[in-house]
Amino acid sequence: MISYQHYLVLSAILFAIGVIGVLTRRNAIIIFMSIEVMLNAVNLTFVALSNHLHSLDGQIFVFFVMTVAAAEVAVGLALIVVIFRLRETVNVDEINLMKW
Amino acid sequence: MTPLLFYAFAALSIISALLIITHRHPVYSALFLILTFFALAVLYVLLNAQFIAAVHVVVYAGAIMVLFLFVIMLLNLRRETLAVQPNWVWKGVGGALAVLLLIEVGYVLNVARLPGGIGPYSPEVLAQKGNTELIGELLFTRYVFPFEVASVVLLVAIVGAIVLSKRKLS
Repeated sequence: MISYQHYLVLSAILFAIGVIGVLTRRNAIIIFMSIEVMLNAVNLTFVALSNHLHSLDGQIFVFFVMTVAAAEVAVGLALIVVIFRLRETVNVDEINLMKW
Repeated sequence: MTPLLFYAFAALSIISALLIITHRHPVYSALFLILTFFALAVLYVLLNAQFIAAVHVVVYAGAIMVLFLFVIMLLNLRRETLAVQPNWVWKGVGGALAVLLLIEVGYVLNVARLPGGIGPYSPEVLAQKGNTELIGELLFTRYVFPFEVASVVLLVAIVGAIVLSKRKLS
């Protein structure tokens, strides 16, 4: 029998994979995709607990998370396009003007 | 049948998520991201969240991935992705931090107990009335204000994306 803990463990694994992607990859687009993986891991947690607790609030929240994710991707990819136009790179190690 | 489906698609999502972060070329990463999204949509159906599964496929696999692929094609990244040198120290630090996070989350899952009661939306109620209809009722009654704010968020994102990526008129 599959309990909600199975889903929570899966979502923890997916979130950790997303964290590894953000911390180890230097391509801004791959970092964005890793953030999407993390958002989806959290969505899976919401839906699993919403199913377990017989409540729909988690699914409503997932709906809003998707809205914000879509907005974030649109603005973020526009930023990446502008940065590429200015600097000819999307390597985050070379985009360090505001780092220190 | 359900455990088999769960394990199959959980494994698929983990493997394709690993391929996203390990593959050298961004286009392949984007395609594996689509695979992850579809595996997660199947898991949503297993969790009686049919509406979320459908919206997930439409929004993520449809809209967001097209955006990603368009930007990857616009940027022409091949030369650059091959030139990036891997930094093994930072890869090790990042991997260790992520494993630490996984251990923490696993510990919390073992210890934590869920507070609060069980809500009225059992799988029988969902099957009788329909997941989509119940979500729609909630969305337009109790959550109508966040719903309207979400439309403002999308509008701001549209305007922001256009303003950012527009070339200056000279």
